[in-house]
Amino acid sequence: MQISKKVEHLAPSGIRAFFDLVLGMKDIISLGVGEPDFITPWLIREKAIYSLEKGYTSYTSNKGMPELRKQIAHFLHHRHNLDYDPEEEILITVGVSEALDLSVRALLNPGDKVLIPEPSYVSYGPVVELAGGRPVFLKTDISNGFKLTAQQIDKACAQKGVKALMINYPCNPTGTSYRKEELSEIAHVVAKRNLIVISDEIYDELTYDFEHTPFSSLKGMRKYVIYLNGFSKAYAMTGFRLGYACGPRDIIEAMTKIHQYTMLCASIISQMAAQEALKNGFREVVQMKKEYMRRRRFIVDGLNELGLSCHLPEGAFYVFPSIVKAKEKSLDFAKNLLRQQKVALVPGVAFGPSCEDYVRISYASSYENLRESLRRIKVYLQK
Amino acid sequence: MDEILEVLENDARLSPEEIAKLTGKKIVDVKKTIQKYEKEGVIVKYKTVVNHDLMREGKSFVRALIEVGITPQKDVGFDAVAERIYSFPEVKSCYLVSGAYDLLVVVEGDSIETVSNFIAAKLAPIESVQRTVTHFMLKKYKEDGQILKKGNQTKRLNISY
Repeated sequence: MQISKKVEHLAPSGIRAFFDLVLGMKDIISLGVGEPDFITPWLIREKAIYSLEKGYTSYTSNKGMPELRKQIAHFLHHRHNLDYDPEEEILITVGVSEALDLSVRALLNPGDKVLIPEPSYVSYGPVVELAGGRPVFLKTDISNGFKLTAQQIDKACAQKGVKALMINYPCNPTGTSYRKEELSEIAHVVAKRNLIVISDEIYDELTYDFEHTPFSSLKGMRKYVIYLNGFSKAYAMTGFRLGYACGPRDIIEAMTKIHQYTMLCASIISQMAAQEALKNGFREVVQMKKEYMRRRRFIVDGLNELGLSCHLPEGAFYVFPSIVKAKEKSLDFAKNLLRQQKVALVPGVAFGPSCEDYVRISYASSYENLRESLRRIKVYLQK
Repeated sequence: MDEILEVLENDARLSPEEIAKLTGKKIVDVKKTIQKYEKEGVIVKYKTVVNHDLMREGKSFVRALIEVGITPQKDVGFDAVAERIYSFPEVKSCYLVSGAYDLLVVVEGDSIETVSNFIAAKLAPIESVQRTVTHFMLKKYKEDGQILKKGNQTKRLNISY
């Protein structure tokens, strides 16, 4: 069968094969998981069960249940002083993944360029390409903690056709986040260049050293920003597939159009569970964050002691250490480590061609696993 | 609560070095704080949570929760009687509680007979003890915050973005 050229072009084949290798192996320790190792808090699961029992099994409005949208508006107001109208400025999506796709599809005309930091989450480039746009990758590295700078963005905007910037903080895969001052500098360029910012803040509650600042809360930024968030990371609800997009009315309207034809609505059971998360789940968020903070210190110290230098990530549950010391390409390093020591992690190259010298380690894992995998990596490096 | 206590409550086997890493404190400070807590009795002891239901060999294990009604005594209230009760090694826990009875006493032994004998011969005859209601424990589902059933771990894939 003739597959679309656009899709054919997407295939990240080497990484896919490595993933299959990992999934086929038993008794390994995995530091390669991009989700919390906590199970969804019981009060949220219990609400999902209750909703099923009560017969909440129907479609909801395309935008999502009005009660949930109202609750999100209320939460954002109190948590971040963000004001979005639940009627017209909030759309419930099937995870931030869908929201990212909707954002670029609603915005881009063929050939429009989108700035994306590298490394970035794996879907950013592909969703832009599928939407007919052209990703422009802005390289970051360990020297400044993988931070995108205002100058870099400004310089990239000198070329024609740059319409939007995708940013994710705290970042998967680097854990990097930005302080308010750093974001304000970027905001200045955004206004100057009239860029639209697609701001993926799914890890916001896992920010460790300072308060998280939503991009749209910066002065004058509201009209430029599509704010994306969801329940997966803060509430350990990845399998519920629930996210949301907030932004100016016209963009949310456009995204809703696509969403109604392609997704119809997010699962009602997830939407019911999410209401419980917002109502009573925050205590669990605080508890989980505390635990991640401890593991972060544990793993960062351990890796630096092994000579795999890494910066102290400001958020999420990832570290992105340099593997220069191993003198191997990231995929080879990951494969060999898996075969010889049964430790799985994600090769840096999955997040961009410039990341050959790095791997992504997820510390959403028990102390015992972290301790044991550090020991095994040490053995591997000594060989 | 002090973070050192928080991590130790969850895993008593952590070394001071590891606790220092987890909490971002200095190793010497962690050691000092732990010693202080041990001395003050804030840290009482380090123990292992055992699921006796899964032990196939050795002695059997019986636990009873006993509600004890007491006549309080002048000046000392419940404390003197409580002391007489909790001093028996068979008593594993003893709490003064509000409500329909006064002391909740947890007694362990290797058979129903030993536990009943203890209640009949030692506990019930104490002067100020008015009455006892004994509940033999049938099954332990959760102890010290730990669900004892295996297989409730996350079911996530071993690798994902």
